[in-house]
Amino acid sequence: MTGPLLSIENLRTYFYTDAGVARAVDGVSLQVSQGETVGLVGESGCGKTVTALSILRLIASPGRIEPDSRIVFEGKDLLQLGPEEIRRVRGNRIAMIFQEPMTALNPVFTVGDQVAEVARVHDGATRREAWKRAVEMLDRVGIPSADERARDYPHQMSGGMRQRVVIAMALMMRPALVIADEPTTALDVTIQAQILELLRDLQRTFGMSLLLITHDMGVVAETASRVVVMYGGEVVEQAPVDRIFASPHHPYTEGLLAAMPRLGSARDRLLTIPGTVPPPTEWPSGCRFRDRCSYAWERATEHPALSEIAPGHVSRCHLAQEPQRRLQPHEPLAAGRGAP
Amino acid sequence: MFADLVAGTRRLWAGLPLGARVSLVVLAILYALALAAPAVAPYLPSQQLDIVALKDQAPSWAHPFGTDRFSRDLLTRVLYGARVSLSVATLAVLMSAMVGTAYGLVAVTAGGVVDSVMMRLLDAMLAIPRVLLLIALLALWNPVPLPALVAVLGLTGWFDVSRLVRAEALSLRERDFVVAARSLGTGTVRLMLRHLLPNVLVPVIVFTTLGVANIIALEAGLSFIGVGVHEPVPSWGTLFFDGTEAFVGTWWAALFPGMAIITTVLCFNILGDALRRVLDPRHFRSA
Repeated sequence: MTGPLLSIENLRTYFYTDAGVARAVDGVSLQVSQGETVGLVGESGCGKTVTALSILRLIASPGRIEPDSRIVFEGKDLLQLGPEEIRRVRGNRIAMIFQEPMTALNPVFTVGDQVAEVARVHDGATRREAWKRAVEMLDRVGIPSADERARDYPHQMSGGMRQRVVIAMALMMRPALVIADEPTTALDVTIQAQILELLRDLQRTFGMSLLLITHDMGVVAETASRVVVMYGGEVVEQAPVDRIFASPHHPYTEGLLAAMPRLGSARDRLLTIPGTVPPPTEWPSGCRFRDRCSYAWERATEHPALSEIAPGHVSRCHLAQEPQRRLQPHEPLAAGRGAP
Repeated sequence: MFADLVAGTRRLWAGLPLGARVSLVVLAILYALALAAPAVAPYLPSQQLDIVALKDQAPSWAHPFGTDRFSRDLLTRVLYGARVSLSVATLAVLMSAMVGTAYGLVAVTAGGVVDSVMMRLLDAMLAIPRVLLLIALLALWNPVPLPALVAVLGLTGWFDVSRLVRAEALSLRERDFVVAARSLGTGTVRLMLRHLLPNVLVPVIVFTTLGVANIIALEAGLSFIGVGVHEPVPSWGTLFFDGTEAFVGTWWAALFPGMAIITTVLCFNILGDALRRVLDPRHFRSA
């Protein structure tokens, strides 16, 4: 197959709430190629999770994917599929791993049963055969004595083990694309590294693509080959991972990198980006980052377009046109307001 | 699976307070006696022993609950009454629980307009006072056969369960594991039966337990005002009604059926309250 495995074009997912229209995802375009790992980063409330749920069409009312959005996967526009067709894509060609392993499993069934269910749903496998495959999969994701642990209920397992179960469920059908929504956020640091290593290992073995959603730049550095930074429901920067770390362009990306705790660095206080993400019902007009930006000037009232900085590196920032402004940093507006 | 059930039951028993355990045992005995009434009852329920010599006898060793004005043995009649009262109440509540659970789950699963219409319908039905509806219905349909009585009680009692199930299922639908199941391609029916149904069962079980108490009291009330179960099949309500007619002279004729009603209702209420506490999902998870 030529072209990317997944190609999102101008995805807009709006929620029609009483407080107004929340433009949670507002014109996002991104691609994931075969076998590639793309990191989707940004703070909470930037639209990462809604983007992921939109791909699987799991947006519930009052949310709606606007009509001119396109999500092309394996040559088909997922937004045009009927309910039964999209159901056969879910878990089969595209699977999702959720953040919270404590709640992502049904408390009343054994974990083996839940992993087996995926095979029963998609392959119509018999109970016995599905169970056998579930045990193999649990073994594959590193659950010791899987044939016994498969009979455990979720509450009998630790967070790390449960996340392995969630991964086993996602990988049961060998999907072409796995969307991992903050797969390590809820876990202990030591377990985080194990889970990331497991994901990398499985990706190598199965040759799947991975869309890794995270707010942790460290996780991105370890796993992704390309990074998409989201802010305010938009893609604000996109570049290969080494470029993002070596020469970030967008002030928001700079902020994210500066906010990373570093071992052995001289500074003793963690840097933060002043202010918070505004609610999606009231994105600022013009540049959505302007109140929190230390470079913003008059031009911030214009909405910046994505400009190419280098091959494969785009940024939604007026600095692309007026790079000299980077030499005049100032206190961002949000800092003056005494925001947290 | 079987081992799980045994372990689960054992844990449940261990978690129950003493009062609930006693209630459970008392109820088990009552149900057993009702089932075994033909074997354990000393006489037949409609048997008139000696209309002259044995009418209106006070409790004695021969007739522990006394006899009524037709010289029928009241212990026998209370035992047979248990068959009617307990089976009517249990079956009616089970019916309510099933209809209500199904209605609530279907509403949530269908969602949107269907859900709204179903809920407005439910509101409309809830607006009709149940007791008045029952009195009107049963007054017109008199005498009512027992299966019909079960159906009438069952079909007018599921509105609250339905609301309960719907509320529970709505919150479940947003829970991660349900979204996760959908993200893995689980279909609507499977989602409803595997992910919603088992997780709404706890409130339904609590409702059912408390509901049996309500229906026993309700059935007794209906029989008492003469629109429920009719002679010669005695129910506790009918027996109590008969007894009150001559309460001053023959207090035993009302006391024992009344005690049976109170004991059963009390036990079901205590058990239901305890189950509500013990089966609370938050409590359950930490177990």
